[in-house]
Amino acid sequence: MRAAARIPVYKGRFGPEQAERLLWRAGFGPRKGEAEALARKGLDAAVHSLTHTRKQRLVGPKPRDGEGRPLAPGDAWGHDHVWWLDRMVRTNRPLVERMTLIWHDWFATSNSGVGSQTLMLRQNRLFRRYSLDSFEHLLLAVTRDPAMLLWLNGTDNRKGSPNENYARELMELFTLGAGRGYTERDVREQARALTGFENDWKRGVGPTNFHFERERHDGGVKRVFGKRGRFDWQDACRLCLKNRTHPSFFIDKLWGYFVPTPPPAATRSALERLYVRNHHAVRPVVEAILRHPHLYSGQRMTKPPVVYTAGLLRAAGRGIDTDAWAWLNGLAGQQLFYPPNVSGWNDERWLDTATYLARWQIAGRILRPAVLDTRKDKAPLDADKLVERALAFWGNPTLTVATRRSLHNFARAALGTAKSTWKQQQYPVLTENALRHLIAASPDLQTS
Amino acid sequence: MADRCCNEFSRSSLMRRAAAEAGAGLPAIERGMPLPAGTGLDRRTFVARSLGLALAIYGAGSLRLPAFEDGILEAASAAPPSSPVLVSVFLDGGVDTLSLLAAVGDPDYRKLRPKLALPDSNLRVGGDDRLRWHPSTAAFKTLHDEGKLALVPAIGYRDADQSHFTSRHYWEVGATSARLRTGWLGRYLDRVGSNENPLQGLSLDGELSPSLATGRVPVAALRGAGEYSFWAPGVWGEVNDKMLEALGSLGATRKSADRALATAGEVATQSDRLRRQLAPFKNGGVTSPVAYPKHESEFPERLAGLASLLGAGLPLRVVALNAYGMYDTHSDQPQQLAESLKVTSESLFAFQRDLEARGLADRVLTLVWSEFGRRAEENGSDGTDHGAAGTAMVIGSRVRGGLVGELPSLRNGLDRDGNLRATVDFRSVYCSLLEQWLGTDAAAVIPNARAYNRVGLVR
Repeated sequence: MRAAARIPVYKGRFGPEQAERLLWRAGFGPRKGEAEALARKGLDAAVHSLTHTRKQRLVGPKPRDGEGRPLAPGDAWGHDHVWWLDRMVRTNRPLVERMTLIWHDWFATSNSGVGSQTLMLRQNRLFRRYSLDSFEHLLLAVTRDPAMLLWLNGTDNRKGSPNENYARELMELFTLGAGRGYTERDVREQARALTGFENDWKRGVGPTNFHFERERHDGGVKRVFGKRGRFDWQDACRLCLKNRTHPSFFIDKLWGYFVPTPPPAATRSALERLYVRNHHAVRPVVEAILRHPHLYSGQRMTKPPVVYTAGLLRAAGRGIDTDAWAWLNGLAGQQLFYPPNVSGWNDERWLDTATYLARWQIAGRILRPAVLDTRKDKAPLDADKLVERALAFWGNPTLTVATRRSLHNFARAALGTAKSTWKQQQYPVLTENALRHLIAASPDLQTS
Repeated sequence: MADRCCNEFSRSSLMRRAAAEAGAGLPAIERGMPLPAGTGLDRRTFVARSLGLALAIYGAGSLRLPAFEDGILEAASAAPPSSPVLVSVFLDGGVDTLSLLAAVGDPDYRKLRPKLALPDSNLRVGGDDRLRWHPSTAAFKTLHDEGKLALVPAIGYRDADQSHFTSRHYWEVGATSARLRTGWLGRYLDRVGSNENPLQGLSLDGELSPSLATGRVPVAALRGAGEYSFWAPGVWGEVNDKMLEALGSLGATRKSADRALATAGEVATQSDRLRRQLAPFKNGGVTSPVAYPKHESEFPERLAGLASLLGAGLPLRVVALNAYGMYDTHSDQPQQLAESLKVTSESLFAFQRDLEARGLADRVLTLVWSEFGRRAEENGSDGTDHGAAGTAMVIGSRVRGGLVGELPSLRNGLDRDGNLRATVDFRSVYCSLLEQWLGTDAAAVIPNARAYNRVGLVR
């Protein structure tokens, strides 16, 4: 525990604002009242409640497509996306879902290459099962996961005719980083070690019966990272984890999902020791990151599109009642199960003029069922009150002074156009609708 | 289809790691400002907008917004109509040289490629009896036979890196350096470009091409805008007008010291500006004097649009885009490659004919490249793994057609990893293009430029 004690812990105020940020970074934002409730626990208990959860429960109405039918995530286009989005919205274990999303990005597998929603969902269960477990267990499971075996040609990699695809990305993208601690020869030798997986093809089913076949495995001696042995696929994975460059790669990459600026050198090496000492356990590292001062006092991060969408749905108290989120999130740059390539989504480039419009459309779609109707609803002819009411709709998110000012200016200007009696009755309602939309579109809510 | 895996890497992992950092040096904030309107610019803006395109501008931090209008206007009138244009077309994933150029005359070709070897055909590659063009690339043969295509069959660099990311980065920055943060074409623009003309370096894939990353002057990216309007449920009339005005004021956070807030504010501001500027225009099509391939991909359309932009006199100097297709063919290579090469070669052919029809062919050269070639020996899953030397082409009416360097023999021209050895360094081609085509001193753009031979690429 000595090393762990050297990882700094946030000592400032832990109020609703800090709890709100924690819930966005480690999950999908607060439901109404959740930030306040979490703040009352204090930092330690708050983090503990996220990392040590009870049995999974999904709270709220079951998901439906636009026609009121149950989802068919294994079959219907886009239902895989909304099926997972539903878990993000309804889960009582937000960190588990968030870690699942992180592993999906880390071991980025796209159904564009796999061609089976069923196998993608199977991989998704794997990511969820190992979400906070050991990275070693996760890596071993991913290496023989059918979707991954198809995606990176694992079952094409046979004794006598190796396919280097997985071997290379295993080191370059999953465990070591480009050019860190391996050579081209290691790529070839690791490819040999990874031989032996195969699958059948069944008409009407597609690829099936994924298994290890000893005869297709190259049982010869390989030389990897200077060590010699008759290595197999498990050795290939473990050799990577034992490579001296792995801990720093792992810590930097995992940290980057929670904090946008790199860890201070002392924090990084303390986290590396924590990780190695705990036999590649993920949970203690995540816990330390979630308690680190940089998470609370450092720079903000842009929310990924699905996090933004799930969070707004949670805040608005709405469940999944349409499958439109699949294409809308696609427009915003993130369709689940379809990362752009094996290195995952580009977190540096979520926002541009096209994806910003998509986020505006997402917010509008979320607001639609709750839209105030001038024939039935009333709203006060008072700009300040309208702003407060619109903020309360979203559970009172924290806003910057600049954004608050923009909202107040807008509300005053909009009400200022109400020059006749009917406008004075109707425009406050329209203004409140517009305020809700503007809040959701504000830079404050695009980031956390 | 399991072979699409490591193709078309985004820049994300590069941002996260130290070894290969392409893109990390790009300006952090995307400045998505649209092509400005302005008197005297009507025809040009209309062309740009009628393509259904919107502009994102990069690296314009020091530039005040209204300056763009004047800048483009000025550059358009200042840039002589004869100023050369270089188009960079990237084949993403590492195209297989021994399929693009089937070495049917090499005795070892069939041994190395027992399943993938292409049959002999009449698509002879002029200048090398051993080689045949891939059956899908008859269009390349036509251009080559017309003397409008310079073929560099084995291009690369010593000790080739076989990571997509790293090798592509080297090509993009024009040096085997992981630390260089500006693109080779970006540095050319830094030298000759203007502070006011973002169109001088144009990416056509919607995001900034790293080859165009500049240190000083602005460059731009185009992406389809479609219907660019902000609709809100339950809001109409004067309240809607005020809401749309407020949209821009949400961008006030762009002045924040927090990078993410500042970026989001900047994007909100740009989105609002784009909304305003696209509002008066309706989308229309491009009329091309020649037929481009009909295909679901946007590659032919983008080239048609590019010819149209050039035809309208927009002040472009260097342009970058990705070719259609998936060249990281670890498996199912025959099908993948046939379609990718067909669409790419026929689109580039149509582009050349389009430029000829418009009388622009003497102003435009196109460089076609890929981050590496593939292993000489096939891999047993109907595919090929990453290799070393690859193939490049330079296309245009002013090109000195023919062969540049040669394809090494498959018996003793392979390195110890079984990969093709490069006979031409990619920086030789860069230096030659800079000097012979763009008329600039290569030493000011390419590190250690003197070390590379010049090859004759321009007539």
